[in-house]
Amino acid sequence: MTEIAVTCHTLSKSFGPVRAVESVSFRLERGQFLALLGPSGCGKTTVLRMIAGLERPDSGAIELAGRIVSDDRTFTPPDRRRVGLVFQDYALFPHLTVAENVAYGLPRGKERHAHVSELLSLVGLDGYGERYPRELSGGQQQRVALARALAPQPDVLLLDEPFSNLDVALRTQVREDVQRIIREAGVSAVLVTHDQDEAMSLADCIAVMFAGRIHQFGTPRVLYEAPVSRQVAQFLGDANLISGTARGRVAETALGDVPLRTPADGAVEVMIRPEAVKLHADNTGGAPATVQRTIYHGAHQTVWLALADGTLLKALAPADVEWRAGEQVRVGVRGAALAYPV
Amino acid sequence: MIHTLPRQTSTSRLLLAITIPLAAALLFPTIYLALRAAQVPLDEAASYLTRAGTLRVIGRSLLLVATVSLASAAIGIPAAWLTARTDLRGRRMWTIALTVPLVIPSYVAALALVGAFGQRGFVQGWLEPLGVERLPSIYGFWGAWLSITLLAYPYVFLSVRAGLKGLDPSLEEASRTLGRSAWETFRRVTLRQLTPSIMAGVLLVALYTLSDFGAVAIMQYNVFTRAIYLRLSLDLETAALLSMVLVALSIAILAFVNRTEQRGSTYYAQRSARAPQRIALGRWHAAAQAFLALITLLSLIAPLGVLSYWLINGLQQGETLRDVIVPLQRSIRAAALAAVACGALTLPFVVLQVRYPSRVSHGLARAAYLGYALPGVVIGLAFVFVGARVLGTLRDWFGLTDYRSLGLLVAAYVVRFIPQAIGPARAALLQVNPHLEESALTLGRNRPRVFATITLPLMRPGLVAGVALVFLTAMKELPVTLLLAPSGYVTLATRIWSASSESFYARAAAPALVLVLISALSLVYILDTDD
Repeated sequence: MTEIAVTCHTLSKSFGPVRAVESVSFRLERGQFLALLGPSGCGKTTVLRMIAGLERPDSGAIELAGRIVSDDRTFTPPDRRRVGLVFQDYALFPHLTVAENVAYGLPRGKERHAHVSELLSLVGLDGYGERYPRELSGGQQQRVALARALAPQPDVLLLDEPFSNLDVALRTQVREDVQRIIREAGVSAVLVTHDQDEAMSLADCIAVMFAGRIHQFGTPRVLYEAPVSRQVAQFLGDANLISGTARGRVAETALGDVPLRTPADGAVEVMIRPEAVKLHADNTGGAPATVQRTIYHGAHQTVWLALADGTLLKALAPADVEWRAGEQVRVGVRGAALAYPV
Repeated sequence: MIHTLPRQTSTSRLLLAITIPLAAALLFPTIYLALRAAQVPLDEAASYLTRAGTLRVIGRSLLLVATVSLASAAIGIPAAWLTARTDLRGRRMWTIALTVPLVIPSYVAALALVGAFGQRGFVQGWLEPLGVERLPSIYGFWGAWLSITLLAYPYVFLSVRAGLKGLDPSLEEASRTLGRSAWETFRRVTLRQLTPSIMAGVLLVALYTLSDFGAVAIMQYNVFTRAIYLRLSLDLETAALLSMVLVALSIAILAFVNRTEQRGSTYYAQRSARAPQRIALGRWHAAAQAFLALITLLSLIAPLGVLSYWLINGLQQGETLRDVIVPLQRSIRAAALAAVACGALTLPFVVLQVRYPSRVSHGLARAAYLGYALPGVVIGLAFVFVGARVLGTLRDWFGLTDYRSLGLLVAAYVVRFIPQAIGPARAALLQVNPHLEESALTLGRNRPRVFATITLPLMRPGLVAGVALVFLTAMKELPVTLLLAPSGYVTLATRIWSASSESFYARAAAPALVLVLISALSLVYILDTDD
């Protein structure tokens, strides 16, 4: 039987007239990594703060490692929840050394010192114990925050936009470090982020939130390949949305007849990822289009196309053929597409 | 352990349960004073307030406020410009010298002026061989005006200096490239942007003048504060009436201060990293130095010189410094008790206001700021009322013969000075990232523990600064001490007061110099905010 680390059941929370979180439910298995993904103001941080016990839900229940920590009648304060929290600004105690920061949540005892050294070496900061937070770089501060949160061996680790204060150049490296550390610690984690790339590369499963609600919950692959709505499709990666008329498994569009993955009828918007747009090098088949602009990336290129009716289309094409603005081409679709009713 | 309520709201409830009675206690004496004033029948009140004597008091107060404000602006604005924007030599030294008078107690400065310009004073002594037999009397308007101006102009000086430093020099450069002369640029660009700083400084001067007791009492100029003090022994009800008029005027000025501060912030919000080019004074350099030297001579060197002369003279005639020790100990004891009490009482107000902001918590903080609006004499009077009428009934039960006590004195100090402790403590807590406290909570420490290990250590510098400021200001407090100190409890301030009223100037010298020295320490905090 798999153990459940976090269960949220129909959580809702309003701040005055603003309904920040509405009926959010999900379940996270032990050892899994979940990302709450959404634009700023979608309520994802509020969900995280409710799990930590820093906000009280208006309704709904939260269960952590089998214990109910919040429902209509009970509320466990944050200091008794066994959660670790890493803030966007790291929130290191400026008046304490790195070692004292990490030791803050540990009980007094002989093992305290050894435990701190162990954690510092886990995050690759051996020998930094006597420094003060202000003497460390952003990436190092972040690892101290991680070590501090992991020190009391929490049931779940909560990460609130932990990478957004880092330089873009550093981010990928730090992300990989953090993933390794969390896997080594074997702890369940919930990450809040607005960066789909970050969510996809780190998380086992992603909950996509808009305006206080979870729109879709699933693995990164499912979310990318089968987004349930236009909004989710556009938030995770690039998406071309082309209007058309569906008849069963085919939709008529300016791109010609596009095969659909699921049958539909009537007016629809067909979602085509840029990498599924196929440019015909031999100029036969497909629909006619004009190249508007290209961006060369080295390994591949982005091509903007205008269809006959003026619809703009973004294509991700191999870099071997050089397309020029104004050139007439023919385009088609690779595989079956998704259609959303209008 | 599972709680039925979130700790967050139970904490704010606990804080409210502490702060509401505290705020009520801080407000109580003043409300009681207002109620007593309101008990005077309307026609009696009206006839008292429109009596020629009362109208003269009002007229004198307004005259003094207006003339001191004007004179302070006339000194403070050029002095600020000279030290901030020109190539004047010794700018740092002048800045300190021009700020020091701010912390000299007004009764000390007034006393020294009497010593210098009074009828048996130094200047008279020097001029007698030249045939001047009698200087015009220093007492009355001129003495009060001169002594308060010389102490209060630093408010304008510091405010305008800060304003000048915050100006973006590129605005002036833009004006010059648009074809305006240096003078036109100063008038149309610089001065216009400085208006909020000038207003803020001048209004602080006005507030200081209105609430000052020491200088007008020594100069025997009958404005509100002195009139209230004199009425007190005759008729408490009319003293209360006068107080209410004075409080209304102070609140009006404070409201102006708040408004200019809010508007002023939009003027120099954008700070430039570049320092402006300093203006070469050229042949005006000597005149500028002479101007600042004259101000420093009158406001700083003359009082210190007079006091030192008296001290040496007194010592030669057998006065001993030992007489200073007991008053010093008493001043320190009362001021230290008040400072520690202010520091402790500040915490619930500040935490509630910063961490649980709401209309209620802001209202409660307002109550704590009441002391800013009330002149010392009024607070003293309010506590006399409470002491005499409310505690007086205890006399029958406990055999107390005098309401004056160290406890009542310290309580009045707290009402008067707690705003000075709240300001820095609040600023310090605003600097503490709430994420730090939340991190500590999720690391398994409860709220009291988090407060003790994270919040308090991080806000300590601000808290200590506030407590130190209260201590230094309470040391030199005069009117409240005069009214409430237990009989025989002579502090430095009351010792100077009694020595001056008996014209025993030599006895006032040593305690006055000690006070000036101690007050100079508070400059550390004032100048800290400047550079």
